[in-house]
Amino acid sequence: MAEHSEHSEHIVSPKVYIVIFLALIVGTTLTVWAAFRNFGPFNIVIALGIATTKATLVVLYFMHARYSPKRTQLVIVCAVFWLAIMLGLTLSDYQTRRPSMSRLVPPAALCRG
Amino acid sequence: MHRTGELYGQFQTLEQQKESATLGMWIFLVTEVLFFGGMFLTYTINRHEYFTAFGVGSNTLDIKLGTINTAVLILSSLTMAMAVWSAQVGKKALVTGFLIATLALGSVFLGIKVVEYKQKFDHHLVPGRNFDVWYHSEHPLPSDDPKEIAAEREELEKATSSQNPKYDPDVNSHAQLYFSLYFAMTGLHALHMIVGAGLLIWLIKVSLSARFTPQYNNPVEIVGLYWHFVDIVWIYLFPLLYLIDRHR
Repeated sequence: MAEHSEHSEHIVSPKVYIVIFLALIVGTTLTVWAAFRNFGPFNIVIALGIATTKATLVVLYFMHARYSPKRTQLVIVCAVFWLAIMLGLTLSDYQTRRPSMSRLVPPAALCRG
Repeated sequence: MHRTGELYGQFQTLEQQKESATLGMWIFLVTEVLFFGGMFLTYTINRHEYFTAFGVGSNTLDIKLGTINTAVLILSSLTMAMAVWSAQVGKKALVTGFLIATLALGSVFLGIKVVEYKQKFDHHLVPGRNFDVWYHSEHPLPSDDPKEIAAEREELEKATSSQNPKYDPDVNSHAQLYFSLYFAMTGLHALHMIVGAGLLIWLIKVSLSARFTPQYNNPVEIVGLYWHFVDIVWIYLFPLLYLIDRHR
């Protein structure tokens, strides 16, 4: 935001905060509801999708990212980008390795199966 | 250090000072994202390998307490955001009020966490020598719902039966892995909450001397950023730890 030197700061109104709060509560209810339904492999996709939507709302409104200077927004994007590198590259390594990890680890002596 | 009112010598305007403070907090939060990211990565790999045992572990958690705690933490984020708003519009008494509400809700969250941890100790679900995922179904308390105990027992038998395509012959040690991650992740999160509570107590003390004004409220703003970040961590922890394989 180029005009930020004159324009002091954007004050987010309590109305916006309450709407976001309600959206977060709805998201929580939805994620609990979805967990008890069988969507096969999509259960985790739905759970993470809802969690990411909730997290985005918190970052944009509660943490004011939407009204922050571009510099701050760049820092936030970097956080997500580096996290994606860490998760993405490590998981692709695990996905392409054979044998899988469980077959490399001997069963524990205390097995009660 | 040279200081004029609330403006420190190295800054030209209060606004520049505020932008620097929030930028600094955000950079700290980037390191926190990667710090928690390492735990989430460990969790993901192990959950992928030992899905059955992780489901067994997850089903022993109390979903009611977990959901209530999620709502409590989201509400505390709202009161924190309202404290920031109150400071920005100069309602000094409200700042203190909302900060106290945030601290109270944070304490409720930690209190519920204590109840959950105690349950895990009682049920021999704390990793270590006495860990026994079968213990609770074999030694139910008189106050336990017999239907729930039977369901727990049935699920353990299903998890170890060779008829089940995803059976796990060593569910006890793999469930122990789940609980190691459960305690590490929720423990680290709780530690962040305790730090946050300490920061809130300091803010409440400062706000009582009416120091936060529309011109100067950086501390409220940046502690708010930290508090919301801790909320986001829980937003991910809740479905990942409490909601695995709940549909039976």
